[in-house]
Amino acid sequence: MVEYRIDRHSGVATYVQIVQQTKQALRMGLLEPGDRLPTAREVVEATAINPNTVLKAYRELEREGLVEARRGLGTFVRRSLGTTPVDPSLRTELVAWAERARRAGLERDDVAALFTAVLDTHFQGERS
Amino acid sequence: MSDTAIEATGLGKRFGRRGGRALHDCAFRLPTGRVCALVGPNGAGKSTLLALAAGLLAPTDGRLRVLGTSPAAARPRVGYVAQDKPLYPQLTIAEILRMGADLNPGHWDPAAAEHVVAGGDLEPGTRIRSLSGGQRTRVALALALGKRPELLLLDEPMADLDPLARHELMGTLMAQAAQYGTTIVMSSHVVAELEDSCDHLLLVGGGRIRLAGEIDDLLAAHVRVTGAADSDRLDAHAVVESRVTGRQLTALIRPAGPLPAGWRASAPTLEELVLAHLRNPEAPVLTTAPAATEESAA
Repeated sequence: MVEYRIDRHSGVATYVQIVQQTKQALRMGLLEPGDRLPTAREVVEATAINPNTVLKAYRELEREGLVEARRGLGTFVRRSLGTTPVDPSLRTELVAWAERARRAGLERDDVAALFTAVLDTHFQGERS
Repeated sequence: MSDTAIEATGLGKRFGRRGGRALHDCAFRLPTGRVCALVGPNGAGKSTLLALAAGLLAPTDGRLRVLGTSPAAARPRVGYVAQDKPLYPQLTIAEILRMGADLNPGHWDPAAAEHVVAGGDLEPGTRIRSLSGGQRTRVALALALGKRPELLLLDEPMADLDPLARHELMGTLMAQAAQYGTTIVMSSHVVAELEDSCDHLLLVGGGRIRLAGEIDDLLAAHVRVTGAADSDRLDAHAVVESRVTGRQLTALIRPAGPLPAGWRASAPTLEELVLAHLRNPEAPVLTTAPAATEESAA
């Protein structure tokens, strides 16, 4: 079973925090296929957040095929989340790019801003 | 079965023949199953609106429907906790709960009431008069929840509570909403206190409804923009508030179309939205929930 921790000052929407924490639990093996997620009632009683926020998060997880709602029984994990193996050349290229950026006189914040801007264009609609 | 918890049309309330108008020309619709924040500054008319919905006051103008009927007829299905939490001071907690059971035959849930009381380590034999403000709030909420209401009206429910009790009781209220689909309306002048728990907003200012609707819809309808102060290209949009600092203009607007190039846009927080409307009483009213239903027209 997972227990959600809501951070009110993180700037991340509450339902996204629930989605992220569920995925994290799946990655770490704290949740396995067949496990039941806490009911909306259980989550809101512990966190004092709005029930629709929990349902919205569960719908999102269901849409991604990670969990399924079984009527009258609860929401259950369908599959675990393994990390996709990263092609090592992606990292090498990024390292080379970062070195070039530094040589060109960019500071850490400049690089971060540039990187975020590119991420925003290429991963539109996706949240971290 | 009605899908509307509260619906007001042209609602007004005036106290005394010459008294000031507490509420004026209020129109909104609150669907069932929502947790609604009733927000506004002190004296805005929040308590009056709740007392009207509870059937304790009669409107001077307009019409108010509660759970598809008149507020008085809906009363057995409505729980109401007034701001001063009136309870008989000479009774014990156990006696108050027995009174709740006697006054609500057929729909009293002793377990729900006792659960709320038990959370505060209160002895059933304690008299109400010896309780602290926060403990009285707990007993008043127990009485309201034990009634298993379809609509719960809470006037400043969290004001007397310490942060721990506030979190715990808010959790209890949310669990009630999750399990039974109870519609809840809670008033407060602190937006941050309600932000995570509510999905619907009624903003009252100067006796009028300023904003009404789903919080997500209201936030999505507004944008914070910054740009050069010498431009006046915001005219096409409804401007709630704008401020000039040096060469920069910052504004909260309801965009009526695409933003002009060169403006930077960001999403406002609920608190920014509420404060901007309260600072600018002349800002246009926005109601995103449909005000009229077929049922009420019939």
